[in-house]
Amino acid sequence: MTTTGRRKLLSSIVVGFCAGAVVLALVPLAFVLFFVVSQGIRSVNVSFFTHMPTPVGETGGGMANSIAGTLILSGLAALMAVPVGVISGVYMSEYAGTRFAALVRFAADTLNGVPSIVIGLFAYVVAVLPFRQFSALAGGFALGLMMIPIIARTTEELLLLVPGTMREGALALGATRARAVFSVLLPAALPGIVTGVVLALARIAGETAPLLFTAFNNRFFSTRLNQPISSLTVQVYTYATGPYEDWHRQAWAGALVLVLIVLVCSLLARLATRRLERMHARG
Amino acid sequence: MPKSRSRSDFLFRIGTGTFGVLLVVLVCAIGVVLARQSVLSVQKFGMNFWRTEIWDPVAGEFGALPFIWGTLYSSVLALLIATPIALGIAVFISELCPAVLRQPLVFITELLAAIPSIVYGLWGIFVLVPAVRAVETSLPDAMRQLPLFSGPPLGLGMLSAALILAIMVIPFISSISREVLKSVPAAQREGAYALGATRFEAIRAALFYARTGIVGAVMLGFGRALGETMAVTMVIGNNPKVSVSLFAPQYTMAAVIANEFAEAADDLYLSALVEIGLVLFIITLIINSLSRLLIWSMARSATAAQEPGVAAEGAA
Repeated sequence: MTTTGRRKLLSSIVVGFCAGAVVLALVPLAFVLFFVVSQGIRSVNVSFFTHMPTPVGETGGGMANSIAGTLILSGLAALMAVPVGVISGVYMSEYAGTRFAALVRFAADTLNGVPSIVIGLFAYVVAVLPFRQFSALAGGFALGLMMIPIIARTTEELLLLVPGTMREGALALGATRARAVFSVLLPAALPGIVTGVVLALARIAGETAPLLFTAFNNRFFSTRLNQPISSLTVQVYTYATGPYEDWHRQAWAGALVLVLIVLVCSLLARLATRRLERMHARG
Repeated sequence: MPKSRSRSDFLFRIGTGTFGVLLVVLVCAIGVVLARQSVLSVQKFGMNFWRTEIWDPVAGEFGALPFIWGTLYSSVLALLIATPIALGIAVFISELCPAVLRQPLVFITELLAAIPSIVYGLWGIFVLVPAVRAVETSLPDAMRQLPLFSGPPLGLGMLSAALILAIMVIPFISSISREVLKSVPAAQREGAYALGATRFEAIRAALFYARTGIVGAVMLGFGRALGETMAVTMVIGNNPKVSVSLFAPQYTMAAVIANEFAEAADDLYLSALVEIGLVLFIITLIINSLSRLLIWSMARSATAAQEPGVAAEGAA
């Protein structure tokens, strides 16, 4: 074979490998989705959302307490992370060139890379140990810690995307920096930031490790913030590692709900970003 | 009123800056708090903690070597599987695929990253582990003699953990590699094609140009794999034994904390687990910082190359 022929063959092999890699990555995704949907659909019904878990041995029942718990925990996390994240994001974008902003950015990226189980340990020592009590608040704190860096970086990136002329216009009209940020820049970036918050919520709603020894678990329906609280993820973990057939079915149903949450949020975010991009292209 | 305005700007800077400080403080606090909680274990065992293999909470003996080993082994195996596939995906999306396919493919790989760890774990227990067990039992006896495949084929073990970790880090490595490849100046590829390069040769040129950033991307994937908890805990078998066998049930640092922390009764036990968490925190901190440094220096040199004036200044 000529040299050119060999080079062309090698090239085709590599191109084929790359296409193959994409297919190879799609296989597990398809497998996971297929099993979650086909196994989960059998147990997801109205009572799954409205009923409490039944005692071992009785079939039926649902995860109403866990679903409520996940909602409460995510809400607490957002309550803590949205203000902290957005304002530190504002700082990073407003003082982008400064050394301290670079340090804050580094801290945000570091926090984002901390393993979730370590976040759980930290939250345990800070928010559980002093009170000798697992609590929804401790769980929300742990999830909030994971949410802060995501929101901070999203806010920063979106603010930097706002055209510089808008800031200059506001400043030229005599606005203070705070005024320019809060009445002009943030509103312009708001749809994007909301999208980022939704994505961050979807991510932390799927977290298990930080909740294992902060929010712990609760067999009963609880809305009290100073008490242990159930969550979809920890409940799925308990059911999945338990010995009963019926538990396994419930675990698949819980997994299906989790995947649907992620899927719906990602699709909504995708649509929203598309619309934003189109708006920017037009404007 | 320039005076009040500058005062307002000053307050604004201090006000928003406080939240920035908060982020820095939080990261430091994690290190300090974990260090303080692990004093008991550090004082009692010193460096022996990381050299001994015996983990017996009942007898009060704590050696963390099996966890360090399991964490590193599973993560390295996962990277060996994930890196070629992730790079293939990155190259396909950024260099080869038709424009129509690009967005959907990006979305799908992102979805792979968005699926919760616990869902992977559930799937691992009931689908992956039985499949791995079937493969393991069908292995010819001659191969089973090798240390790499020794032990009973349980399914639960290192191989399942490495596979599930690989699936989970592929989207991370591929999305960052894709961005790194995007920052390679078009002139690199055009130059290669102009010299008569085949597609592969042009891709190779781009990959070579982006090598620093790609190493960074792989390291970031490594950091993710080290800290991954739930899915690994559910399929690795949770057995604190050092072994090179892919079939052997083993344990990781994250998994032992997840499994035993809520039940750890005495202070020394708790402290030993926190020390494992502290070391996990430090390792991931170093790996992540290094990888960001690499990606950042790559991005900087790429922009410098696109602005000839800056590059010339740098050279002079």
